[in-house]
Amino acid sequence: MRWRETAVPLAIFLALAAAPFLGFGQGHSLTLLARAMIFGMAAISLSLIVGGAGLISLGHAAMLGVGAYAVVVLDHARITEAWMVIPIAIAASAAFAAVTGAIAIRTSGVHFIMITLAFGQMAFFATSSLAIYGGDDGYTLYSRTELFGSRALEGRLFFHFTCLALLILCWGLVQALLLSRFGRVLRAISENETRARAVGFEPYRYRLVAYAIAGAIGGLAGVLLANGTEFVAPAYLTWQRSGDLLFMVILGGTAGPHGALMGALAFILIEEWLAHLTEHWRLIFGPLLILCVYFLRGGIAGLPRRG
Amino acid sequence: MAELLLELRNLRKSFGGLVVTDDVSLDLRQGEIHALIGPNGAGKTTLIHQISGTLAPDSGHVIFAGEEVTRLSMARRARRGLARSFQITSIVAGFSAIENVALAVQARSGSSFRFFRPVGTEASLNGQAMEALAEVGLEHRAAAPAAVLSHGEKRQLELAIALAMQPRLLLLDEPLVGTGAEEAERLIRILGGLRARYGILLIEHDMPAVFALADRISVLAQGRVIATGTKDEIRANPIVRDAYLGEEEA
Ligand SMILES: Nc1ncnc2c1ncn2[C@@H]1O[C@H](COP(=O)(O)OP(=O)(O)OP(=O)(O)O)[C@@H](O)[C@H]1O
Ligand SMILES: [Mg+2]
Repeated sequence: MRWRETAVPLAIFLALAAAPFLGFGQGHSLTLLARAMIFGMAAISLSLIVGGAGLISLGHAAMLGVGAYAVVVLDHARITEAWMVIPIAIAASAAFAAVTGAIAIRTSGVHFIMITLAFGQMAFFATSSLAIYGGDDGYTLYSRTELFGSRALEGRLFFHFTCLALLILCWGLVQALLLSRFGRVLRAISENETRARAVGFEPYRYRLVAYAIAGAIGGLAGVLLANGTEFVAPAYLTWQRSGDLLFMVILGGTAGPHGALMGALAFILIEEWLAHLTEHWRLIFGPLLILCVYFLRGGIAGLPRRG
Repeated sequence: MAELLLELRNLRKSFGGLVVTDDVSLDLRQGEIHALIGPNGAGKTTLIHQISGTLAPDSGHVIFAGEEVTRLSMARRARRGLARSFQITSIVAGFSAIENVALAVQARSGSSFRFFRPVGTEASLNGQAMEALAEVGLEHRAAAPAAVLSHGEKRQLELAIALAMQPRLLLLDEPLVGTGAEEAERLIRILGGLRARYGILLIEHDMPAVFALADRISVLAQGRVIATGTKDEIRANPIVRDAYLGEEEA
């Protein structure tokens, strides 16, 4: 059923492209959509670890956090040019993922969850203690990232389409990755590690590279997150945020990036919708997610297959 | 005498107080089918695990093609030419039959750190995978999801995966287990045809198959090699008759 893996995301991308012109062009709607797209990217990157490498990470918010704090550090040094900021942020988050992954990936199962959680918490406390960047209170950017000196990203519509373009890029990248030689090995390892070893693959290397790539994409999402709110705080790195990301991936289905994309959009939109209905929305949201996961074993992506 | 392909020297392994490999020494020559027989729980699979690298022995040496591999990972041994099949079929159920085999081809041909080109269209991987499938008579099932193959077909697929690795030594753990009479006959014919190109260590409970295929036979009981010899020597060995062959061959 390969067509669904591309048809559904393409429909979503089209809808996101059309949304600003179909009554979702006001500030609030665009902020919400940008948030959905940014978490879509983050969830797609996490899906590479969860679905691709078969590892459950509870520390993925730290990848976004490193990307976002790279923007902060550079902003503080008055470096705001995108062609500096984006590569540095991506390199920083990829490096963070590579170093923490090098340790975490030696374990698996519950131990992997605990180690990624621990690294996530370390990153959280590290940012909280950065007094120069506001500590717990966070840091307000002097300006959004600039494109060749232009302030184009401050335009709401331009930002919307920047997020969309990068979301499509990340989705395409992960999709291509999973279908490549590398992706085949990754899929084999996550489904039957012994078999992969028996034909000659060392799972560690492939998982580590996947982890670093996921970190890089997470860092890019972090850059957008920082730009969307023009504010960065340690709250971006909480383990609850990591849990939300994991939830998006599982809610959407771990079969591929299309699942993560759907999961992230559903998560953000349901959250928003419930928050409108009642101030006690969290009481409903939790059980609702549990029901979704319980009844949709393949996630949202697995839904039409049953019907 | 042909080149020594595999040499086990004084391997020992125990699980807690249970000694499963008790001072096992064995050898296997290029082009030889060496059968390993013995009752259930004798330690045959555990021995294969130690040769292939799934388990580390407590002491002793595994020497493959003249080099000590005792401490190498399973993946490194596989890349050096040690292929194994599993007693309990181990395939990637979510892959098609041909993708399972192509994965093995990929492991020995070029880097797998290639990120963009769709692997499904790599003609050389698919071509070699198809050859291995044809060798075991499974080419008509190439596109089928591995999960839907019959039990016998899965056994054939395991063998195709091992062949696709272009190994020097095949470690086969009960390749005939659970196959129907017709499938078993076909597999026996295939294995006989492989003899010239590989060394084969064959674990099998099917005695007619063992006596049809093996050049030499070793008998394992309670972790110990109680006899090694040609078919005739093993048939005539009174200890072996007592320990194992007794009922089955009578
Ligand atoms: N991981 C393990 N931990 C503890 N005991 C084990 C383990 N693996 C195997 N054993 C025990 O070691 C002994 C040898 O097992 P093994 O699977 O090697 O036998 P086998 O000769 O292959 O038997 P079969 O013909 O039934 O396949 C058995 O008593 C088994 O219960
Ligand atoms: Mg066994």
